[in-house]
Amino acid sequence: MTGRFDLPEPDAFTRTYWEAAAEGRLLIRRCRACGRTHHYPREFCPHCWSEDAVWEPASGRATLYTWSVVHRNDLPPFTDRTPYVAAVVDLAEGPRMMTEVVGTGSAGELSAGAELEVAFREGIPVFRVVPGAPGG
Amino acid sequence: MVARRKVAVVGVALSDCGRVDDATPYALHAQAARRALADSGLDRSLVDGFASAGLGTLAPVEVAEYLGLRPTWVDSTSVGGATWEVMAAHAADAIAAGHARVVLLAYGSTARADVRAGRRTGTLSFGTRGPLQFEVPYGHTLIAKYAMAARRHMIEYGTTIEQLAEVAVQARANAALNPEAMFRTPVTVDEVLVGPMIADPFTKLHCCVRSDGGAAVLLAAEEYVRDCRTSPVWVLGSGEHVSHAAMSEWPDFTVSPAAVSGRLAFERAGVRPDEMDFAEIYDAFTYMTLVTLEDLGFCGKGEGGAFAEKGRLRVEGGELPVNTDGGGLSAQHPGMRGLFLLVEAVRQLRGEGGERQVRRRGDGSLPRLGVASGTGGWFCSSGTVVLGV
Repeated sequence: MTGRFDLPEPDAFTRTYWEAAAEGRLLIRRCRACGRTHHYPREFCPHCWSEDAVWEPASGRATLYTWSVVHRNDLPPFTDRTPYVAAVVDLAEGPRMMTEVVGTGSAGELSAGAELEVAFREGIPVFRVVPGAPGG
Repeated sequence: MVARRKVAVVGVALSDCGRVDDATPYALHAQAARRALADSGLDRSLVDGFASAGLGTLAPVEVAEYLGLRPTWVDSTSVGGATWEVMAAHAADAIAAGHARVVLLAYGSTARADVRAGRRTGTLSFGTRGPLQFEVPYGHTLIAKYAMAARRHMIEYGTTIEQLAEVAVQARANAALNPEAMFRTPVTVDEVLVGPMIADPFTKLHCCVRSDGGAAVLLAAEEYVRDCRTSPVWVLGSGEHVSHAAMSEWPDFTVSPAAVSGRLAFERAGVRPDEMDFAEIYDAFTYMTLVTLEDLGFCGKGEGGAFAEKGRLRVEGGELPVNTDGGGLSAQHPGMRGLFLLVEAVRQLRGEGGERQVRRRGDGSLPRLGVASGTGGWFCSSGTVVLGV
């Protein structure tokens, strides 16, 4: 196989998200009708269907919900990236997010609820364990 | 109110399975379909409904055409591995309502041969547009998604990797009794644990086999049952539910959508989980069996690990034989395995299990009630069907 299988395909609506990420900012969406947040971003509020949803900067703080250290993936460039930590995290603002946890020496360092902070790799939001934080 | 007709499964079959390097998926659909029709003894002209998914741009039109069928009722529900339980439910409803008399469900895939021949990658790419753009950078393989769910169950309930391995060990023990199973050599918990790591905590034997193969099921209205050479297996109740597509939209990784589809199916059938003589549960990974046992109500939430111990899932001496053919973990898994669950459940209820035939505890008679619960995607969808004789 050739090419890369890790590149997101931004669209007219999500370009804002990826442009912010390229500048080192993580955005979420908040509904001004019901007040709830969501991620992945949608044009409208998936909770109440209001169209009054807006972009909002996230704090970048999250806790680790679960993870798996991936050893096999034959799609490039993941083949060369293994082992890596696929993870699902709970953002401080509420929404859950699919991501990768980077900078871990081994999975043994991770635990549920570990405090994480956003980092950026080539314009892609990933997370790392907050140094010295409990559960890290 | 028009009285609803009863609906029975009257024909089941598998195509050649396991390693099939010289057949197209179309040929496997057709082989399974012809065998299922022959099994039923019905005339082909009676088949007026056709359902299939996974092959063709206009599914199920291409496969219907390949089979020479011109159906007046079709379905191509495509919700992953659970497709077939959902489709069987839709077919049963259509037959009950008088919109079809005999419906054929057919499936075939050469997933194993395709990877070997380089026609596809081992890891599937599902695309990069829309919601997928928020997933694709992170390499969440299908196996990793299930592994993350299993880890959450381990975190919340203390489920151990040994308990999960027990599921694979018992599936293999059942497969040892099934001449059609791809892998039949018994394995131990230790052998599961020391295998190559795929996505932790899953080593290789926590994951299903990748095989070729097809299956077909024929459902008919009650008035055609007497024309069949088989004894009818009645569709008593069914339920379906879809949850999420993005893992981040799944509220609780320890609860499968089978919690909803199972409850609906048992309620509609008017039976309880503890009345089941066996269960066929979609097992692409060991965790699926464990959590689905909980969510179907065979044990409490969080108790799946303990339930899977002590050989409970074995055909030989098990309290609740599960995946009596060896399941996706050992028998065959060509991609969307749900139809194989229905085939095996029907064979068990007809008493055609051979060496792996389930006997009721106590009097040793043939089973009367069984459940097939399919799961699709990565706990995205679920369909549960209760069958009885």
